[in-house]
Amino acid sequence: MSVLVNKDSKVIVQGFTGTEGSFHAQQMIEYGTNVVGGVTPGKGGTKHLDRPVFNTVKEAVEQAGANVTIIFVPPAFAADAIMEAADAGIKVIITITEGIPVTDMMTAKKYIKDRKGITLIGPNCPGVITPGEAKVGIMPGFVFKKGRIGIVSKSGTLTYEAADQIVKAGMGISTAIGIGGDPIIGTPTKDAVELLMNDPETDAIVMIGEIGGSYEAVAARWIKENGNKKPVVGFVAGQTAPPGRRMGHAGAIVGGAEDTAAAKMAIMRECGIFVVESPALIGETMVKALKKQTV
Amino acid sequence: MNIHEFQAKEIFKKYGVKIGEGIVADSPEAAVDAAKKLQEQTGTKIFVIKAQIHAGGRGKGKFVGTENRGVMIAKTLDEVKEKTKLMLGNTLVTIQTGPEGKLVSKVLVAADVYAPGEMEPKELYLSILLDRAKSCDVIIASTEGGMDIEHVAETTPDKIFREWIDPAVGLQGFQARKVAFQLGLSGAAFKDFVSFLPKLYKAYRESDASQFEINPLLRTSDGQILAVDAKVSIDDNALYRHPDLYAYRDLAEEDPLEVEAGESNLNYVKLDGNVGCMVNGAGLAMATMDVIKLSGGDPANFLDVGGGANATTVEAGFRIILKDPNVKAILINVFGGIVRCDRIANGVVEAYKKIGDIKIPIIVRLQGTNAEEGARIINESGLKVQSAIVLKDAADLVAKAIAK
Repeated sequence: MSVLVNKDSKVIVQGFTGTEGSFHAQQMIEYGTNVVGGVTPGKGGTKHLDRPVFNTVKEAVEQAGANVTIIFVPPAFAADAIMEAADAGIKVIITITEGIPVTDMMTAKKYIKDRKGITLIGPNCPGVITPGEAKVGIMPGFVFKKGRIGIVSKSGTLTYEAADQIVKAGMGISTAIGIGGDPIIGTPTKDAVELLMNDPETDAIVMIGEIGGSYEAVAARWIKENGNKKPVVGFVAGQTAPPGRRMGHAGAIVGGAEDTAAAKMAIMRECGIFVVESPALIGETMVKALKKQTV
Repeated sequence: MNIHEFQAKEIFKKYGVKIGEGIVADSPEAAVDAAKKLQEQTGTKIFVIKAQIHAGGRGKGKFVGTENRGVMIAKTLDEVKEKTKLMLGNTLVTIQTGPEGKLVSKVLVAADVYAPGEMEPKELYLSILLDRAKSCDVIIASTEGGMDIEHVAETTPDKIFREWIDPAVGLQGFQARKVAFQLGLSGAAFKDFVSFLPKLYKAYRESDASQFEINPLLRTSDGQILAVDAKVSIDDNALYRHPDLYAYRDLAEEDPLEVEAGESNLNYVKLDGNVGCMVNGAGLAMATMDVIKLSGGDPANFLDVGGGANATTVEAGFRIILKDPNVKAILINVFGGIVRCDRIANGVVEAYKKIGDIKIPIIVRLQGTNAEEGARIINESGLKVQSAIVLKDAADLVAKAIAK
């Protein structure tokens, strides 16, 4: 049992033969991810990285049994790629692409919602990794040592930072889910936290948010309502971000009093989450949180 | 991307959305010409002069050192000239500009639409924006127009109405009628609004907007619905398919350093602190700003150099940060994943040597792939650069640098 991806996942890469797709497909294969092929329309029937290239996702599902996809397709075509994967019956769709227009994502998300049982991760995310089993993303695999701490994060490099601190503190990672920094994402914080709360291989969770939106608050309230079953260490980036300015990520913008870092952190604290003000303290706070929980 | 009121109204007009007519002017003489033209077109005798900046709250905002407002009424052509003079070349401070305000280089000369008639004119509020939690557009309407909507939401939340749009089918007729009834419209005004809203929504969707705000929306004394003001933002991610809208970009409204950074493909936001920072990844960049604050400093900027950081981007980043005279120290924080720390370290050393004499302390924190090697390169470079591997150590070095 693991969350979203494991050693049996049959992964395809959409945008397989592009620069980004090729590079990261190679990295994933080296990590040991079961990459069964890729999709590049018009290049079907050829081979790339010693794996078959398909014209459509449907062919990849039928001929290679693909059940997980990772999307590197350029922003203008990415929403289309998500919907193609959903239509072909892929159940886990991980979208790395940054810069997809909001209206496109609105359509794609609705399309996914209308079909049951599909999980969309991202867009604008580093992907998902279950150490020792599968890396379906762009994260540096070696940072993520296997263990029993789950990570949910809106940010890429900050996820690596958190994983590194967890590992240096003597623990390891069960699954890390990069949910993405866009205003519209497939799996909001709460849904990803829920997956890890229900995962028997996860003992505790690191939840990393950013300014903008209400996902962290919703997740925090859900954690409390469900009895704080596992300790959660939380951080929200952007305590010093001025209102109204977009901080890199399309979704990272303070729009009102409720979506500031301070407001989110206050709600998280009220809900029994171990909130750190400095991102440098994630690892040691997790050690403390685990001790408190068992006392 | 934010655009000006007069540009927003051009979009509205294209979609048949009725607006308070106006003409943009960049000199007092042009303003008088504009007023004359408006008089011919609309018969108006009263004009409204509106400062064009990318910020709301202009009616209540004041020009620096005066009691002059960002929106003024002119009853004669002489007054048009005089009031335009009071605005152009001066800095307007509103609730949304921050204390530094914004320089006004254009005004919109608008026809007065508040003429008395059978009914009292009534100001309403209408906006369309993205509801992130529901992943769809939402229309927000209120009978309390002309005021700060956040204030209305706080004090009289029952006077704010929301209507969510199903992305698969778009705005439906019943929804437009529902909003019209909620706004208390009847007769000609009701009919006018039911035709107004779908046109507005079409303009919103087809422009890939992320915000349309009309405050006030006016029901005139003869029952017409007019957009008197217009605040429009376009989704940056969608600009590639709207070259016509991208042309609306006004560089004068942006910070010159931010414009320069953009040209080097750097994601930079200027802030007013004393510690500059350069980071890979937006989340880590924000987190690094927080670390600076907790170390006793204030972040001077947000700067994400992205996944492919190299000597060129590091140099460009350095140069931009160093142009900010408030910067007393720089923290470089890179988590090397795909990008190796030794490459970043070499990039830092190379950039440093190229720029020459840097007088402020630089702290380089490299973690991840080849972190030790990166630290060695920094330490052996002979430059006045301090290195750290653990984020906490970097924070301590920043605290020390500022304390000096």
